[in-house]
Amino acid sequence: MDIDAIPPDAENEDRRFFLKQSMLIAGLSMAPADLLHAALVPDDGPVGNAVKVKVSLTVNGKRKRVTIDPRMTLLDLLREHLGLTGTKKGCDFGQCGACTVHIDGRRALSCLTFALMQHGAKITTIEGLSDGEKLHPLQEAFIKHDGLQCGYCTPGQVMSAVACIREGCAGSAPEVREYMSGNLCRCGAYPNIVDAILEVKKEGLKV
Amino acid sequence: MKRQSWDNPSDTSLTRVDGAAKVSGGATYSAEYAIPELVHAVLVTSTIAKGSITAIEAHEAEAAPGVLAVISHLNVMTVPGWPAKKQPAERAQVGTALRVFYDPLIYFDGQPVAMVVAGTHEQAVHAASLVCVTYRKESHQTDFEKNAGKAAVPLNVQRSGNSPFKDYERGDAAALRQAEVKIEAEYIIPTQHHQPLEPHAIIAVWEADDKLTVYDKNQGVKSVQGQLAQAFKLPRENVQVVARYVGGAFGSGIRVWPHTLAAVIAAKQVKRPVKLVLGRDQMFTSVGYRPYTVQKIGLGASADGRLTGIVHEGTGQTSMYEEHLERTVLASRALYACPSVLTRYRLLPLDVNTPTWMRGPGDATGMFALESAMDELAFALKMDPLDFRLKNYAESDPERNLPWSAKSLRECYELGAEKFGWKNRMQAPRSVRQNGMLVGYGMASSLYGFHRHPSKARAVMQADGSVVVQSATMDIGPGTGTAMTRIAAKVLGLNAKKIRFELGHSALPDAPGQNGSSTIPSVGSAVHDACEALKNRLAALAGDMEARFRSGGQAVVRNGQLFASEGDKDGLSYADILKHHHLNELEVTGESKQGAERDQYSMYSFGCHFVEVQVGELTGEVRVTRVVTCADVGTIINYKTARSQSIGGVVGGIGMALMEESVMDHRFGRYVTSDFASYHIPVHADVPPIEVYYIDKPDMLADPIGSKGLGEIAIVGVAGAIANAVFNATGKRIRHLPITPDKLI
Repeated sequence: MDIDAIPPDAENEDRRFFLKQSMLIAGLSMAPADLLHAALVPDDGPVGNAVKVKVSLTVNGKRKRVTIDPRMTLLDLLREHLGLTGTKKGCDFGQCGACTVHIDGRRALSCLTFALMQHGAKITTIEGLSDGEKLHPLQEAFIKHDGLQCGYCTPGQVMSAVACIREGCAGSAPEVREYMSGNLCRCGAYPNIVDAILEVKKEGLKV
Repeated sequence: MKRQSWDNPSDTSLTRVDGAAKVSGGATYSAEYAIPELVHAVLVTSTIAKGSITAIEAHEAEAAPGVLAVISHLNVMTVPGWPAKKQPAERAQVGTALRVFYDPLIYFDGQPVAMVVAGTHEQAVHAASLVCVTYRKESHQTDFEKNAGKAAVPLNVQRSGNSPFKDYERGDAAALRQAEVKIEAEYIIPTQHHQPLEPHAIIAVWEADDKLTVYDKNQGVKSVQGQLAQAFKLPRENVQVVARYVGGAFGSGIRVWPHTLAAVIAAKQVKRPVKLVLGRDQMFTSVGYRPYTVQKIGLGASADGRLTGIVHEGTGQTSMYEEHLERTVLASRALYACPSVLTRYRLLPLDVNTPTWMRGPGDATGMFALESAMDELAFALKMDPLDFRLKNYAESDPERNLPWSAKSLRECYELGAEKFGWKNRMQAPRSVRQNGMLVGYGMASSLYGFHRHPSKARAVMQADGSVVVQSATMDIGPGTGTAMTRIAAKVLGLNAKKIRFELGHSALPDAPGQNGSSTIPSVGSAVHDACEALKNRLAALAGDMEARFRSGGQAVVRNGQLFASEGDKDGLSYADILKHHHLNELEVTGESKQGAERDQYSMYSFGCHFVEVQVGELTGEVRVTRVVTCADVGTIINYKTARSQSIGGVVGGIGMALMEESVMDHRFGRYVTSDFASYHIPVHADVPPIEVYYIDKPDMLADPIGSKGLGEIAIVGVAGAIANAVFNATGKRIRHLPITPDKLI
């Protein structure tokens, strides 16, 4: 992981902390707490027998400093600790796209990244997409075209749809279908989602 | 009650009333309630398919950070509604729902055997990996083909006087044998799983020793309330079930499954609110599935294409402890005019968990076989498959000898065929090629029985003339709130924005669960009747104010105002009526149920699907490139959301036909497809534009809104239409779903 990824506004304390942690990240996975304990004790100290680490990141424009279990995914941080349940857990395995968020402007599966790996990152979730009460043009288009049924995959679909247009992959229906295929929908709202994306693209609205 | 036809609403569809909440992350699903003191649970599941637990080594897990308890049959509380345990444990009698942590016996791989409760999800996941369970294995049987000989008439059916699943025979048993043209074939559908995008989840909260609230993913809050009250011997009202948003279910949420009880038990034992979310892998063994089913069909016809005999036999898989019955062979009795029909239905118990209803239960399975067979016989007769169906069109129900309450299937066929361009289809397979692909066209019929259950709805008018309508119904995705809002708006002459519909809470008026395409007929009728009653109350109150409302004429509603008659120019606003009578609100509850018409008419939803496929000749890859689907379900309440439901059914049918297959490794009795990488459901790239059409003629014999169910017929028949299109493209008849490339090359 590149330390240049830390935004300029990150505090020095965060930077030092990040450097220490970054060497450990590769081996963390779902390792037993004991191993983590041994590795991280000098700076962070145990909480009971578990280990907690400090992470600072920006979520929907707000700086969040949290002390977390290093095994926590970004998805669980959002849902369980920050109260941002709009990002959905569909498979926890990177296979359904329901947990799609934007990390430093790029779409990413929040279930496949540990929260502490996002130290210093800027995260945008579905809750941060609208401008206050005013919905994002893609959110409006999803409603207009009924690009949802049960609504569970919808936040992930919308986040990917934004990226689809931003990345210039919304030139045609087949292109949109191909690009969006990482976002599963069991209700089968696909054709309406494609219509919504193509309309926003066609209208040239800022996404 | 005066029965009136519904206006064609297609030009004035409501957008989904909860759309804004769903697109902005504001909709709260079961696992998402912020409950103080919440702790997290993770299930440990069996790794053998049959046998019993000999030991559970939980010390390491119990000592792991944050762990509050490891619950298993060794230390579980006594569930008061369950019978006392036997020593030694005895295998459950057929018909006994699996009791979680009840005894050491194992009935299937993936059965919950222990549950870790810890302060955080991460702690619980880790500790669950430390629980060590040892078993005494017994040999298991999970392979349908190897055990097919053990299929039998279900005990349920043997004991029942008039089960629809009994062997059925009408006409001449020899008709098929003597037919001028006939086909006989075997069709197989594999086990398929619902896999809604939201995994099943529950937060269980004991508010007091005898008071329970659960935020639970399910399809019927009232049914869950009743079953939990029974299990824990609590008064019904002491149990509240909340499920305001449900992230899809397709049948997986109709029953109360063991994990739900496990969470409630755990919350009681650790004296904290407990959250349990099933892992995607656990979704394959915890909440049912569409059962592996083998069907044999024989169809006979005269040389000029009149059906003379149908034999339809179906055998479905079930578990060792429960019999799951579904309508597999029943459509063959009612769909076509055929004098001689024989159906038989059998079950094969295996060491697996119990199957359950999955979208279009039974009929999606049976109609794949029947509609494939119809296509095969049409081909043998050298007839167009649509002409063949029209020639055998049933003008009345040939099974019950009753008139249809309404049937516009002929119009469906005609409209669908016209929109699809069916007349250009070539009968001979392999006639059309485009871009190096073989192109084929297929069609199939669809039907699903009408289900209407007693329902209540409460309509409460507020002082400002707005209305809150409530019913303990559900929305697993079709847009229940939107449709009900539309019904209330129509009856009360109110702008939909002035109506709020509340659902998904067991404290609301009684309603059935959302299943069997019954919500609009059942709850829609109750909402209709409640709003009619409210309107009549308003008219009576207006009569106290002005003489013109006492004339006994039918009051008319428009724009939130009451008029004495159609031509009346001056209306009384609802708000003024309430104000005049010093009322802060005006409440009525309506109850609606089926009348005697049910016994005098045969009631079904009907439909048909037309499909174009392209097949790679070298790769065997099948792409559905165009679909036209047409349904006759009486009144369409809200076109926009109905259309989405129809599209969703077709997408489900594409999955059923082309990719969905739960594969078990029979050496272990374990699914090897345990995630979305191995169990394939349709993705964006698999789904072409889908055209949806409705006949939209009210069936006023069915219910006061003239509307019949749509959710199931949207999928029923789709797999058959695709298989038929594949035959037209390739000349290969695939009778074993899914139609994967290996079967075509």
